[in-house]
Amino acid sequence: MSLEESKTAGSAPALLHTPLYALHVARGARMVPFAGYAMPVQYPTGILEEHLQTRSKAGLFDVSHMGQALLEGPQAAARLETLVPGDLTSLVPGRMRYTQLLDAQGCILDDLMVTRLENDSNGERLFLVVNAATKAQDFAHISASLPDLRLTPLEDRALLALQGPAASACLAQHFPAVATMPFMSLIEIEQEGMVWRISRSGYTGEDGFEIAVPADSAQSFAERLLADETVLPIGLGARDSLRLEAGLCLYGHDIDTTTTPIEAGLLWSISKRRRESGGFPGAARIQCEIAEGPARRRIGLRIEGKVPAREGAVIETPEGVSVGFVTSGGFAPSLQAPIAMGYVASAHAANGTVLQAVVRGKKLAATVTAMPFVPNHYYRGS
Amino acid sequence: MSTTRYTKDHEYIRVEGDTGTVGITDYAQSQLGDVVFVELPAIGKVLAKGAEAAVVESVKAASEIYAPVAGEVVAINDVLGEEPGKVNEDATGDGWFLRIKISDPAELDTLMDEAAYQDFLKTL
Repeated sequence: MSLEESKTAGSAPALLHTPLYALHVARGARMVPFAGYAMPVQYPTGILEEHLQTRSKAGLFDVSHMGQALLEGPQAAARLETLVPGDLTSLVPGRMRYTQLLDAQGCILDDLMVTRLENDSNGERLFLVVNAATKAQDFAHISASLPDLRLTPLEDRALLALQGPAASACLAQHFPAVATMPFMSLIEIEQEGMVWRISRSGYTGEDGFEIAVPADSAQSFAERLLADETVLPIGLGARDSLRLEAGLCLYGHDIDTTTTPIEAGLLWSISKRRRESGGFPGAARIQCEIAEGPARRRIGLRIEGKVPAREGAVIETPEGVSVGFVTSGGFAPSLQAPIAMGYVASAHAANGTVLQAVVRGKKLAATVTAMPFVPNHYYRGS
Repeated sequence: MSTTRYTKDHEYIRVEGDTGTVGITDYAQSQLGDVVFVELPAIGKVLAKGAEAAVVESVKAASEIYAPVAGEVVAINDVLGEEPGKVNEDATGDGWFLRIKISDPAELDTLMDEAAYQDFLKTL
C-alpha cells in the first residue's frame, strides 16, 4: 500500500518546530510536514476519537504555525479595509472579524481574523491571525500596500486553541474572565510582564478559545490545560474533519486565488456598508456577483454509502454531465458518513439537488446539503 | 502450517497450501489511522503481482493495497463492510482483506519473511 506521508516526511527539507514540538513528541503524536512545520496529525488517541472528544468535551490544538502580527498606525482599520471586504472601522476595541485578503480580481489571497485592540498614542492597533502557508506573502503584501502603517510579525509566540463544550469551564479555572466573553471577542491579559491574548473563536464549530501566549510559556500552559480530565490534545487530522463538519473553508483547498468570497458563500462576512461602497480590491466584480449571482457556488454534499469523495473528485448531474468538483471531502465522525464541499455551477447549487460524485470510476449519489453539516455551538451568552 | 511473507508496501500474505490471505501489517494500520471504509475486489478477479487489489480509506486519505503475488481472488472479508475498524484492531487477524489462489508459488520467494520485514521497518 502507499504511505505517502511517511515518504514525504523522509525527503522533506528541514522542518520548523513550534514551541510545543517536544510536548507532541512526548505524547506520542505522529508528526507530519505541514506548511513547513513538523505538526502532529494525530496522537495515539486516533483521529475519530480526537474528533468526538472535541465535540463532547474539550480538545487542545497547537496552531502556533499560523501567522500572528500587529498592524498599527493612524486609521489602521480604514487602511486595512482597502485590502479586505470586511467591515473593520465599525469594530470596537476587543472585537474581531473574519475577512479575506483579496487580489485585484476579487479572488482570495488568504482568509484571516482581524481584532481591534485598544488605541495607543500612535493610532489604531489591529491584531491579525493568518494562515501558516501564506503568512510570509500576506505580511509582504500588507507591508507593501500600507507603507504608512507598522506591521510587526509576532514570531516569538505560540497559539493554542481550546475547543469544545468543556473549554470555557476549563479555561476559566486559569482566567475567570473568559467565562462570559462574547463570541468573536478578545481580551488581553498581562502575565509576568508579557501580554497574553485570548479570543473566543475557533475552527471547529464548537464554543472555544484561541490563546496567543509567549513561546516560553506555551508548553507549561499547555500541560496545565491538559491536566484537566476533560481535555485531550488533538491533531491536525481531527482539526480538518471538525472544520469540514462545521462547513468552514480551508485556504488552499476550498478558497484560493481562483475563488471569490461570493462564490465561496462568504457574503455574510461583507457588511451592507462595504457591499454598497466597495473600496476593496476587485470590488466591481464582487458587487456584480452580489447583484447577479456568481457563476458557481461552494456547496455541501452528503454522499450516500460509505465511500468518501475527496478533493478533486468530479461532481456530475445524475445524467453524467460534469458540473463541478470536490475541494474538501472525507468521513464525518459525528455523522458516521462521508461529506464533502466543492464548487458547482449555480444552477445545481440549491439545497436538495441530487448530484453524483465520481470516485475511482464509481458514481456515488450525493445531495446538496446546507452547511454546517452538524449544528454549531458558538457561545451566545449564558 | 502457514508462512507469512511481506512486501515493502506493508502488505502481508499468509500462505496456507495454494492460497494466501492478504492484508496490511500492524505498522501500516498504525500509519493510516482510523480506517473508515475498505473497497474489496470481486471474487473471481484475477490479479497480477503488484496490481491494485483493494483500497483502504482512513479519515484522512485513500490508500491502494497491492497484490503481493499473482492470483485469483477466492474470498473477501465481508465483515469489513460493516466494521472497517477491524483493520485497526486486528490487522493481521480479523482485519484481513482477501484470499487469493496463488498462481506461481515461486513469486513468494521475492517477498520478505518476518525477520526481514522487521529489519526493513527499522530502516524507515
